[in-house]
Amino acid sequence: MSTATETIEGLVKQDYKYGFVTDIENESAPPGLSEDIVRLISSKKGEPEFLLEWRLRAYRYWLTMTPPDWPQVHYPPIDFQDIIYYSAPKRRGDAPKSLDEVDPKLLEMYAKLGIPLRERERLAGVAVDAVLDSVSVGTTFKEKLAEKGVIFCSFSEAVREHPDLVKKHLGSVVPYTDNYYAALNSAVFSDGSFCYIPKGVRCPMELSTYFRINAAKSGQFERTLIVAEEGSHVSYLEGCTAPMRDENQLHAAVVELVAMDGAEIKYSTVQNWYPGDENGRGGIFNFVTKRGLAKGRCSKISWTQVETGSAITWKYPSCILQGDNSVGEFYSVAVTNNYQQADTGTKMIHIGKNTKSTIISKGISAGRGQNSYRGLVKIMKSASHARNFSQCDSLLIGNRCGAHTFPYIEVKNTTARVEHEATTSKIGEDQIFYCNQRGLSTQDAVNMIVNGYCKEVFRQLPMEFAVEAQKLLGVSLEGSVG
Amino acid sequence: MLEIRNLHAGIDGKQILKGVTLTINPGEVHAIMGPNGSGKSTLSAVLAGRDGYEVTAGEVIYQGKSLLEMAPEERAREGVFLAFQYPVEIPGVNSTYFLKAALNEVRKHHGLVELDAIEFLALVKDKMKALELREDFLKRPVNEGFSGGEKKKNEIFQMAVLEPKLAILDETDSGLDIDALKVVSAGVNRLRRADNAQLVITHYQRLLAYVIPDFVHVLCDGRIVRSGGKELALELEQRGYDWILSERNHTA
Repeated sequence: MSTATETIEGLVKQDYKYGFVTDIENESAPPGLSEDIVRLISSKKGEPEFLLEWRLRAYRYWLTMTPPDWPQVHYPPIDFQDIIYYSAPKRRGDAPKSLDEVDPKLLEMYAKLGIPLRERERLAGVAVDAVLDSVSVGTTFKEKLAEKGVIFCSFSEAVREHPDLVKKHLGSVVPYTDNYYAALNSAVFSDGSFCYIPKGVRCPMELSTYFRINAAKSGQFERTLIVAEEGSHVSYLEGCTAPMRDENQLHAAVVELVAMDGAEIKYSTVQNWYPGDENGRGGIFNFVTKRGLAKGRCSKISWTQVETGSAITWKYPSCILQGDNSVGEFYSVAVTNNYQQADTGTKMIHIGKNTKSTIISKGISAGRGQNSYRGLVKIMKSASHARNFSQCDSLLIGNRCGAHTFPYIEVKNTTARVEHEATTSKIGEDQIFYCNQRGLSTQDAVNMIVNGYCKEVFRQLPMEFAVEAQKLLGVSLEGSVG
Repeated sequence: MLEIRNLHAGIDGKQILKGVTLTINPGEVHAIMGPNGSGKSTLSAVLAGRDGYEVTAGEVIYQGKSLLEMAPEERAREGVFLAFQYPVEIPGVNSTYFLKAALNEVRKHHGLVELDAIEFLALVKDKMKALELREDFLKRPVNEGFSGGEKKKNEIFQMAVLEPKLAILDETDSGLDIDALKVVSAGVNRLRRADNAQLVITHYQRLLAYVIPDFVHVLCDGRIVRSGGKELALELEQRGYDWILSERNHTA
């Protein structure tokens, strides 16, 4: 192997920066899953009867299912009886009335993660809901949002304060029968974020959630629901981290988006779960179901994801384009390094007339990483003049990684136009030498080349997060690419 | 400025340079000519520090330091510039961003403050005009979708911005039409100063009609077989390389 390749591989080896464990007293359920655990979770959260019933139906349905075996990922079977399904930071007395009452250690941890839980901090102007293990810790900017009628709170609070909205929309986009992990999530989800934008309101700030798994052996099953009423607009960002642990931890989330007539939801993710060590030990199994329903005419749902973490990623943020003239977008950067495996992509289901979708996927593989793009474009009979454009690019760094593309295209209407482009390239030693010859170090060169490659996706992220994503990519690949 | 002593180098176990010796002083322009396969590109690659080449004997002293011990980026920061024969494309990387980063690496290396975007743009504006580059040029990704002529102009533009001490021009004339050749040559001549030097590597004489060298060297089979003034280039153009080769075989 040439020295340039070795250098790149050396750069790829960088430690996970967010791998600290915070010593917070947890209140946990015993490991294992049963109807009793489902009931326990529901009662801990003081949930109404309808929700408990829904959870139990999901649980019973889950029992009849088997885990999917079609993704291009390999891992030992998961022992679902060895996972803790409920873990919450222990509170001193009752629930905190304000952030001042939150465990200072917790706030310190968020500070370490660079999360602006305090309103005065760096990302002023971003409302944050932080979810640690299973419980939502605090939501900033609530009053300011309330003035506009925007509801942004933890899922538990939404269940208490706005049960009708929850009842109406929960499971309307991702029913518990959808897939194995969605069923599991429906049975045991413990918290998450809820967001409601009333008719005609443009949400005055970016909404943001940070997820962190802290407790050992715990699974995280959060649930996010965003409803955008007619003519409203919201931009939402989620970030994820987890401590370094030897054993694998399970993250099985569900995100549902509903956009009414003319509404627009922009959902951005910067996922940096612990990817496991360089020998492939530990790391998060990330099995996530994300789906948006563009229900109304001229509605729009846009997914942007930057996936750098997790040992295994199994995730297909999708759009159901039901309303006429609705638009779906998917912009993705997925990085796999060391022994990481990703099987990710999207589904664009065209139902309404003149619906339009765009898919831009950028896979980056380094080390022994395996990166698969899997995408479905489905044009139903009713979707006259539907249009899709897909572009799937793969970038390889080194000689031991792999990139795979699995496009599925189903067209049932002859007026549709579907385009698919795919490329695979390797970071050229020529490119690196060219940069070296202009005075740039190899690491800076790799960072620059990869960022150039990902530009179309980063452009979709809100400004501050685009910078964050670039840095993260740098770390993951100095890991190997940045 | 540059002293190449008995340089032997090769790639993949194949010996290509077989004892090159050459001294370049500040203010001088040297041309290296030679038939295909004589080792011209290997020489430029070894001087710039391209990966994969193995130096088996000899040394190269650049401004009193051993050039071969320096990493490619160090050489660049110390003022060695290679205008590539085939400049690579770097998709998605904005030309301004790239060149600003390069310039700031050089400035940092010399203890100068880094330039911000506004200062940088002010600096490059005239240099772009001189090379007849369009305004939108800096917004485009590095070399992506550039014509052959634009790529070569871009190399000389970068050279103008980075102001190297030693510029190596590797077949800069290849792929240029006569108008572009004139623009590029004028650009190179403008950069000629008493305190820097240029090493022009070319197969044909035509570039040397515009970039007038002080010395011409003929490289054959990994050795410099003849050196002379600018008139040597003309002689080569008329008589071809065979003339020198046969003469050399004769004396040997």
